Amino acid sequence: MLIRLLLALALLSGLTTPAAAQGAAPSPAPEMVKAINEVASSDATVQEAAANALGKTGDRKILPLLEALREGSVFVRTLPGGKKETVIVGDKVNEGDKTLVPIFTAYGREPILGPDGKPLLADLAKMEEVSTGRSLRLVLRPLIDSFSGQSQLSDPDWTVRQAAAVKIGNTGDPGALPTLTEALAKEKDRWVRYALEEAIALIQLKAGSPAERVIAATRLGALGSGDALDRLREVAGAAETPAPLKEAAAAAVKRIERWSLLTQGIQVGFQGVSLSSILLLMALGLAIIFGLMGVINMAHGELMALGAYTTYVTQGWFQGHAPGAFEYYFLAALPLSFLVAGAAGFVLERGVIRFLYGRPLETLLLTWGISLMIQQGLRLWFGAANVDVISPKWLSGGVPVMVGIQLPYNRLFIIGLATVAVCGMYLLLFKTDAGLRVRAVTQNRGMAACLGVRSRRVDALTFALGAGLAGIAGCALTQIGNVGPELGQNYIVDSFMVVVTGGVGKLLGTILAALGIGGLNKIIEPSFGAVFGKVAILVVVILFIQRRPSGLFAAKGRYADS
Amino acid sequence: MRTRERWAFLAAAVLLVVVLPALNALPQGSPLRVSNFTLNLFGKFLTYAILALGIDLIWGYTGVLSLGHGVFFGLGAYAMGMHLMLEIGAKGVYQNVLPDFMVWNRVTELPLFWKPFGSALFTLLAVVVVPGIVALVFGFLTFRSRIRGVYFSIITQALALCAWLTFNRNAMNLGGTNGLSGFKTMFGFPLNEPGTQRGLYVATALCLCGAYLLCRWIVRTPAGKVLVAIRDSETRVLFCGYSPAAFKLFVFTVSACLAGVAGALYVGQVGIITPARIGVLPSIEMIIWVAVGGRGTLIGPIVGAFGVNWLQSQLTTHYPDLWILVLGGLFVSVVLFFPDGVVGTAQKLMARFGTTTGKPAPAPPLASPHPAAMPEGKREEVAP
Amino acid sequence: MTVTASPGGSIIYLEDVTVDYDGFKALNGLNFFMDYKELRVVIGPNGAGKTTLLDVISGKVQPSVGRVIFGRSTDLVGRRENEIASLGVGRKFQTPSIFANLTVRENLELALARASKGVLATLQARFSGEQRERIEATLETTGLAQHADDRAGGLSHGEKQWLEIGMVMVQDSELLLVDEPVAGMTDEETEKTGRLLQGIAQERAVLVIEHDMEFVRSIARTVTVLHEGSVLCEGPVDQVQNDERVMEVYLGRSGDADA
Repeated sequence: MLIRLLLALALLSGLTTPAAAQGAAPSPAPEMVKAINEVASSDATVQEAAANALGKTGDRKILPLLEALREGSVFVRTLPGGKKETVIVGDKVNEGDKTLVPIFTAYGREPILGPDGKPLLADLAKMEEVSTGRSLRLVLRPLIDSFSGQSQLSDPDWTVRQAAAVKIGNTGDPGALPTLTEALAKEKDRWVRYALEEAIALIQLKAGSPAERVIAATRLGALGSGDALDRLREVAGAAETPAPLKEAAAAAVKRIERWSLLTQGIQVGFQGVSLSSILLLMALGLAIIFGLMGVINMAHGELMALGAYTTYVTQGWFQGHAPGAFEYYFLAALPLSFLVAGAAGFVLERGVIRFLYGRPLETLLLTWGISLMIQQGLRLWFGAANVDVISPKWLSGGVPVMVGIQLPYNRLFIIGLATVAVCGMYLLLFKTDAGLRVRAVTQNRGMAACLGVRSRRVDALTFALGAGLAGIAGCALTQIGNVGPELGQNYIVDSFMVVVTGGVGKLLGTILAALGIGGLNKIIEPSFGAVFGKVAILVVVILFIQRRPSGLFAAKGRYADS
Repeated sequence: MRTRERWAFLAAAVLLVVVLPALNALPQGSPLRVSNFTLNLFGKFLTYAILALGIDLIWGYTGVLSLGHGVFFGLGAYAMGMHLMLEIGAKGVYQNVLPDFMVWNRVTELPLFWKPFGSALFTLLAVVVVPGIVALVFGFLTFRSRIRGVYFSIITQALALCAWLTFNRNAMNLGGTNGLSGFKTMFGFPLNEPGTQRGLYVATALCLCGAYLLCRWIVRTPAGKVLVAIRDSETRVLFCGYSPAAFKLFVFTVSACLAGVAGALYVGQVGIITPARIGVLPSIEMIIWVAVGGRGTLIGPIVGAFGVNWLQSQLTTHYPDLWILVLGGLFVSVVLFFPDGVVGTAQKLMARFGTTTGKPAPAPPLASPHPAAMPEGKREEVAP
Repeated sequence: MTVTASPGGSIIYLEDVTVDYDGFKALNGLNFFMDYKELRVVIGPNGAGKTTLLDVISGKVQPSVGRVIFGRSTDLVGRRENEIASLGVGRKFQTPSIFANLTVRENLELALARASKGVLATLQARFSGEQRERIEATLETTGLAQHADDRAGGLSHGEKQWLEIGMVMVQDSELLLVDEPVAGMTDEETEKTGRLLQGIAQERAVLVIEHDMEFVRSIARTVTVLHEGSVLCEGPVDQVQNDERVMEVYLGRSGDADA
């Protein structure tokens, strides 16, 4: 009853505060003044009672006093006339051999002004320090938390509100229930609502009536709350728990476990898809170069590394020359990576590879040599250690899709990028004239040349296209992986496995193979580790190729090669 | 053997097996003395040469590019290494019969698969048999399903990667990244004594001679001709009644066994074996030795193994950053400009300028593109 | 129809053979047979299935339906190419498929029929006097004696074709499958090839695919015309050439239909 009265008072004073702010500092209610003075008492019990009373008022203006108590910056000064006033002190100012401090009111921490209208500096030695014992501190903490929690509950940023709700729920303080319920009534965001409901249920589970506890347990089960799992298990296992509560808790535990199985499965699935998209981006470029042109490009990984390092350099440029637009460096890095890697590919093709068409083993060796040189070049230029690429803000964090699942933005971006790349390739190769020319040259070079297609030029551009895709893959990779000179080596074997499994010359096969290998990797990894995963995939691929030696989709029939 | 060749072989054998170690046994300060360091280095090169011979069989002659021979080399090296580790007995850092790294990893009992390597005989057998069996199984699975050309190469590369990853794991109890090292004796002989190292060197040189004779014998039989034929036109070989898969498997296994032997000899002379020797990069370096020396010539790979590794040891001491660039450059230039390698080009020149011995010129490895060399696993014949 | 022994002692008998490539039937319920020691020429427009016929017999392609009976009762379906080759079917490809990096003699030695062509047997193989004579004889017949120790890759196109024919001869095959033997040959070479084939056919069965009608007329006794995967008509050259269906199928041209 008293609490409600105080709350009403607090609300009232809250309502009147805007008007009162124009004038002098509002004066606190007499009960509050009493409590403020008692908080300075030398008796710890009196202090604690006073602190609790202050906390229960719910008046925000008391927060600075509580915090000052905790810091030990509450003093009592004797006014001329003998009256004692509790004040908060600020930072010390040394003047000669005296230590002076500015002083503030206990209520609302307003600066106390001297006769000249300037902040009054009082002599620290002339004031009594208010001691804050350990027990008082323990009392203060939840009070302060609930205050800050309250304000956080109305913060415009939903992640702050959500975090506040979770924190309050974890305190298990029944006193916070009204605040939570009130916030819940006003809350629109479904994730914050979820957090609030969870917090309320948690508190009730701990401190409610037996009937309330049963309801709370069931509610937590329905919410699928992973945080509550331990507590529910405790409750279900404890001997003194009444039967209906035990049942409800056990049922809730089961429900939550089932739900988390589902979410884990989805999580793994998502990770598998995101890994597959990376593999796909890499394999796509390779599939064009290997699948369409028959060139084994062992330097493909290094082309990826070139793209990644281009991103790093772009980041550096933005940091140095356009720091304001830093968040957009990534948008510039994407096309740049494509161009740099594509140009490198073009030079490669014109310079050396075009002499070796039709001799795949030789191109393998040659491109390996080139990959070594590029790797060493990167090492010499950028150093052997990994370099730091910072994610732009709009790619950090993620979107919560379901309870327990948050899909990171960067991975979503990569999946999107891979999809766009695949569609783009498909359209380019199958729906445009340029693509037609590419396909003609790769299927029958001589004939295409007779028909007026400049096969040499097509070769160079196709290779450059594949290389450019590798560059984009490298750029995307900087967001989720390490960037170092050996970047290429980590992925080249995987990419080739994808192309081998998917079948030469077939885009669909490459896609399916990437999905398969990426997914398989992610499924095996958590239980058996990454190494075993790689070994298992190798074994699977070897066995798979037994059945279908030309990959998932063999090029049927006959076609003449260059 | 033709007389000229026989004399050349004997001369080389005597030089390697007798003269060099004898020069090493000279007292310090002698002008002709070959230092321990040099002899040891040569010994290492000789083990590489044995390895390269095997690769020449499978690649130079048969045309099958294996990018995973580091695995077989490693298996032989680790087998011998395990025996040497056990031979340390209780004289290691921890004075424990268990190898030091196991004590470090708090392994309390010797894992089961280590136990047989206590026996010297078993180890000597394992050095040949273990790589052989792995090659048999792997080869059977791949050759039988007619995986050819680049597909095969890529899969061997994946095999090398997996082996490297596996050997790197501490849980495998093979020393993890640090591998096996710290050996004290080999079959009772202290490893740090020049006499033992000389003995190892001689053993290696003898093995090289033996390997050379073996390979030479194989390529001169009709089976050797079949190998070359497989490289030229596998389909035709098939239609002549042979099973190319069987021949490939045979040669692949032989080359794996040679690699295992090379590994075992290596470990005694170098004193350490780590997973860094068995992954993707070392495997492809071995290929470059053979390519630089001259594929399909048997002498070429020996020359190449020596030459390239000597170049590496020179460069890494004086210009370490340069070595990898040079290596990459070697790849590029050999493929583009010297496909026949040093020995191959020399042989061609000799034939052109009339000092031919009447033998047919050795198979130039990079003849004009053949349909059989196309990148697909299973190819249809080019038809009307 | 269940036939275990081939009717009339034929060397090769294809019964209801169909080869299906995802809907496209390269061979469609083909029934075809040849006698021992017969020289048969198979002609037909492009895509008629001639090469597929050879593929099926030699084991390169497996039929989806039908049986291929070799000799008395050996079903070739399901056997690998090298098995079939060892059983006595030799094949000569259209583009000369010889071992460029071996000598001519070594090419023949490799192809030579032996009791076993397994790895161990081949490692220890020695050529008996008789076998060496065979090889010498073949070198003579194909006119390659003076090139015996030259690298096969250095031969002319025609010589390579003859070497391949020689290899097939030396293989001791009972049935030779010859795919367009005179493609790219001069008149002189064509004539020589014709004589070569006819000589061979006296000892064994030869199945020739050709487009060159003059050549066909010079060597053939019986001609089979394939069309869309099955036999259109069969008989002596003149009869076939004047057959209306054949003329229609070759786009209405008269007997001079050339490739």
